[in-house]
This record gives sequence, structure tokens and C-alpha cells, in this order.
Amino acid sequence: MVSVDLFTNAVVAGLLLGGFYAAVAIGLAITFGQLDIVNIAHPAFVIVGSYIAYIVNTRLGLDPVLAGLLATPFFFIVGALVYRVYYAAFERTGQESLSGLAFFFGVMFIIEVVLILVYGVDYRLVSAVYTVGTLSFGFVDLPLRMLVPFVVSIALTGAIWLYLSRTFMGRAIQAVAQDRLALQLMGADPVRIKQFAFGLGIATAAIAGSLLIIIGPVEPSVGRQYIGRIFAIVVLGGMGSIQGMFIAALILGIVESLVTTFVGPSWAPAVAFGVLLLTLGLRPSGLFGRQ
Amino acid sequence: MKPAVFWSSLVAALIAGLVFTEVGQNDYYFNAAYVVLQALIMAVAWNILGGFTGYVNFGSAGFFAVGAYTTIALNKAFGLPLPLLIAAAALVCGLIGLGVGYLTLRLKGVYFAIATLAMAIVIETLVNNWAYVGGAKGSYMLTPETHLWFDSYIKMLFMVMLALALASVAVSRALSSSRLGRGLAAIRDDEVAAECSGVPTLRLKLVSTTVMGAMMGVAGAPYPFFVTFVDPVSAFNLFIAVNSIAMPMIGGTAHWSGPVLGALLVGTAQELITVTISSELNVLLVGIMLVLFITLAPQGIVGLARKYLGRRLR
Repeated sequence: MVSVDLFTNAVVAGLLLGGFYAAVAIGLAITFGQLDIVNIAHPAFVIVGSYIAYIVNTRLGLDPVLAGLLATPFFFIVGALVYRVYYAAFERTGQESLSGLAFFFGVMFIIEVVLILVYGVDYRLVSAVYTVGTLSFGFVDLPLRMLVPFVVSIALTGAIWLYLSRTFMGRAIQAVAQDRLALQLMGADPVRIKQFAFGLGIATAAIAGSLLIIIGPVEPSVGRQYIGRIFAIVVLGGMGSIQGMFIAALILGIVESLVTTFVGPSWAPAVAFGVLLLTLGLRPSGLFGRQ
Repeated sequence: MKPAVFWSSLVAALIAGLVFTEVGQNDYYFNAAYVVLQALIMAVAWNILGGFTGYVNFGSAGFFAVGAYTTIALNKAFGLPLPLLIAAAALVCGLIGLGVGYLTLRLKGVYFAIATLAMAIVIETLVNNWAYVGGAKGSYMLTPETHLWFDSYIKMLFMVMLALALASVAVSRALSSSRLGRGLAAIRDDEVAAECSGVPTLRLKLVSTTVMGAMMGVAGAPYPFFVTFVDPVSAFNLFIAVNSIAMPMIGGTAHWSGPVLGALLVGTAQELITVTISSELNVLLVGIMLVLFITLAPQGIVGLARKYLGRRLR
């Protein structure tokens, strides 16, 4: 017999976890969902964000989320540069399918190895007022270290959604996703727009990274567990749909939390793969797909 | 390469290996050669799908580890001899390759790549939770007493690996130069056009994922006897996956000789760097070489050689 409060707590924890997943997945929802660039190095950039938050937090005592926010311009520039290389080497020559994938795989690997060489494989963590402490409503517990990332993530997702749907540049990004040639005929430069969008996607990784290290300690190879998760979220949500991505993130978070509570934490990593395979097999366009 | 030249060089390599086991004294050389040959099989296997058809497999380490764990499980349960263990690993991994391919190959190649990556993580989760083969703690493997007519067990293992590597090269060459290989090349160049010309694309892709999986299982099957201690972290090491992508990419993916060349060069360089400098630097170097080769020389060493030597010959 499953007790009501255990079940409720698992669902609430899953909602909070899923909200955080949205922050990690939103960068991929832009780069993969809108631009069709299979950036499997995205979680590696998130881990870099975590380490920046860690360094700034321990050296200067700054708030981790603020540190993540301050790092976004640098991430934007790095992302734009990575897209430049990607465009020149693969997209222009039409080799993005094989070589482009292997390229991002190599980038992911280099980031991970450099972090291991510099910081070792020890777990790192940050300290802030909200990394300990819990809000309780009756039998429902809301740990602050989950609640803060949840709130920040909703703010981030909302901001990106507003940006993509309301501003000129945001609409241009969506136009690139829909019809590149038509955009070119309108006199816009798709490469510049994609470069900007890719930078934007990588910039979100700085904030997601700071949230990741608030939730729990981080070491360089943690990022790999997120590859399956965020691709499952973006595919389930439907390519290019930000709202769909957010709902899919919540679904994955809740399912993972239920599996952790009732089956065992060591089974949680398999959930994302199950969701991904089911989506690909049953409904490849996702819940809110653009096709 | 003419068939006669190809087959006689395979036989020559086998004989050279046998002579080496009689002459060689230091076991380190056999250890190092084993590692290079293991990487060579992985690279050749990856190239059967990645190079010939253009579908990227990120989950090489998963197939490799399934091969290793098949050995552990069957050895613990029935104490089977090594050749049977290798055959069983080939069967299991071939079926996994077929299954993953069947589920995802109908979609865009991107999804196949992501699915293989996720598959490796899921299989790792399964193994972590499977107490019979040691779970997350890992399991020990006793080195068998018998080693045929060789002086030591590692020498025998080296010869086994050499024979397997030569066999995989032969299979890869046979695939690439056959009717099937031309079908695979057609898929790589333009899948829609291939389908329209009557190439049974799905069936060919399934054949190549199955062969790839089986070969990677074969590479992993003797691994527990080689290291004598296997845990999920070492068996599912990302480095195995990176190596099996980097070696064909550096050697050249379009031709069967590319991964062989890449594996021999990169593998030997890795052994030298690990001994003389450090193993971490070696790992970093492979990543950097992979990215540099993909961006600057997408055809690999074989492509570069064709470009420059071909010009001189003309």
C-alpha cells in the first residue's frame, strides 16, 4: 500500500526536479530544437557553468545564481565562436550529420578531461543561505535547494519564451528554424541569426550550471547523465516548442522521482532512455511538435 | 589492394605474431599490443556503421562492456572456454545492435546517435543493479591455468586478439568491397536516392549495426581475462567510445584501411605517451586530435595520402 504523503512528496519533489531540468534543457531546445544542431556538448557547458559558480562562490563569496548570471556574456561569446567553427567546417560543406556529431562529442570530451586535469574528480559544492533549510506545508516538504533552482528555472524559461515569441530577433530565430531559404530571400543573414541563437543557447548553460551545483555536489563526469535526459525532454516536448519542452521536463522529473522513491535511486538514469525510446517509437514529433 | 596481397599480408601478420610470442621476453609488450589490437577491433567495428553508412554510434563502450559482462556471467555460471564466450558475446551484442537499430534507424540519423549514447547509460544502470556480476562493486576474474603451448597467459591472449583483429579487418574489407558495401556507401551519400534506386536501406543498415555490435562484443569478451578485475566504471569508460570514434576519423572513414591505420598509429602513440608522459595527457590529446582532424582533414590520413600521393603519381 502506497502512502498518500509519500506519493505526494515524490510528485512534489519530481515537479521541482523537472523545473530544474527545464533550465538544463532550454539551451538544447534552442540549439537542437530550433537550429537542428545536435549539440551533445551542452551538458559539458553546464558543468563549466557549475565550476564557475563554484570558483566565484568560494573565492569571492558571491551568490551562485548571480555568478551564473554574470558568466552568461562569456558563455554567449564562446557559443558564438563554437558556432563559427561548426558552420565553417561542417554546415557549409553539408557534413553536419557525421562529422558535426563527432565534433561536439570531441568538444564534450575535451571539456571533461580539462576539468578533471585542473580540478580532479572530487565533488565540489557551493554555500548559500538556501542550500540548507526546508519549507514545510503540512506533510509536504519543499527543500530550498530544490525550490530556488525551480523558481530561477521558471524565470529563465519564461524569459526565453517571451524573447523568442515577442522580439524581432527571437522571431528571426524561429524563422530560421522554419524556412532558412525564405529568410534569406527576405534579406536576412541566416548564419548571423544562427550564431546569435547558438550563443544564446550556450549562455543559458551558465545559469543552468549554477543551479546544478546548488542542488547537489558536482564533478566533471556528472554532465554525461544529462545528455540522455535533455534530449529526451526536447524530443518529448516536440522540436522547437518551449512550452512543450517545459511540460516534458516536468513529466520526466515526476517520473524519475517516482522511480527513485518506489523502485530505487540506482534505476533513475534509465528513465530518460525509456521516455526517449517510447517517444521516438510512438510519436517522433513529440507532444507539441512543429511538424 | 589486390586479394592475394591482402590475404598474404594477413597470414604474414599472424606468423609475425606467433614468432613474436616465441621471441618476446617482456610481458609488457604483449600487454601494450593487446590494448592496441582491442582498440583496432573497436575502430574497425565502429567504421562498419559510422564510416560505411554515416550513422554515428556513441555507445561503443556499451557494446564493449556487454561483451565483457557476457564473459563474466557465462564464465561464472557454466565456466565456458574462451572461444565459446567470445561467440556468446558476439551473439548478445549483435542482437542488441539489431534491437537498437530496429527501434531508431527508421528515424533521422541524429536520433540513432543519441539513442546509442543513452543505451550505454541504461545498460550501465542495469549492470550496476545486477548483483550476480558484481554490481557497482565490480567482480574479479581468475586467470586460467592453461595457456596452450604459450609461455604465459598474456601471450595466448595476445594471439587470440591478433586473430580476432585480423578476422575483423577481413570482414570489414569483405563488407566494403561487396554488393552490400556499395549499398552502404549509397546510403551514406544520399539515403533517399538510394531508397529510390531500390537499395533496401533499412535492411542494409540493420545488417551493419548487427555486425558492428557483434564485433564490439568480440573485442570486449576477452577483456575480463586481460584485466582480471572489471567494474562498470572501467568497462563503460567514455574513453573507449572516444577512441573508437577518433581512430577511424583520424585514419579516414571511407576506406576499410582507415580505421586500421588510425588505430595502429593512435594506439601506439597512446601507449608511448602513457608510459613516457602521463595517461591524463594522453586522453586529452586524443580529444584534441579528434576535433582537429574532423575540422581540418575530414577525410583522415587516408584522404590526405590520396590527395598528395595521388597528385605526385599523376
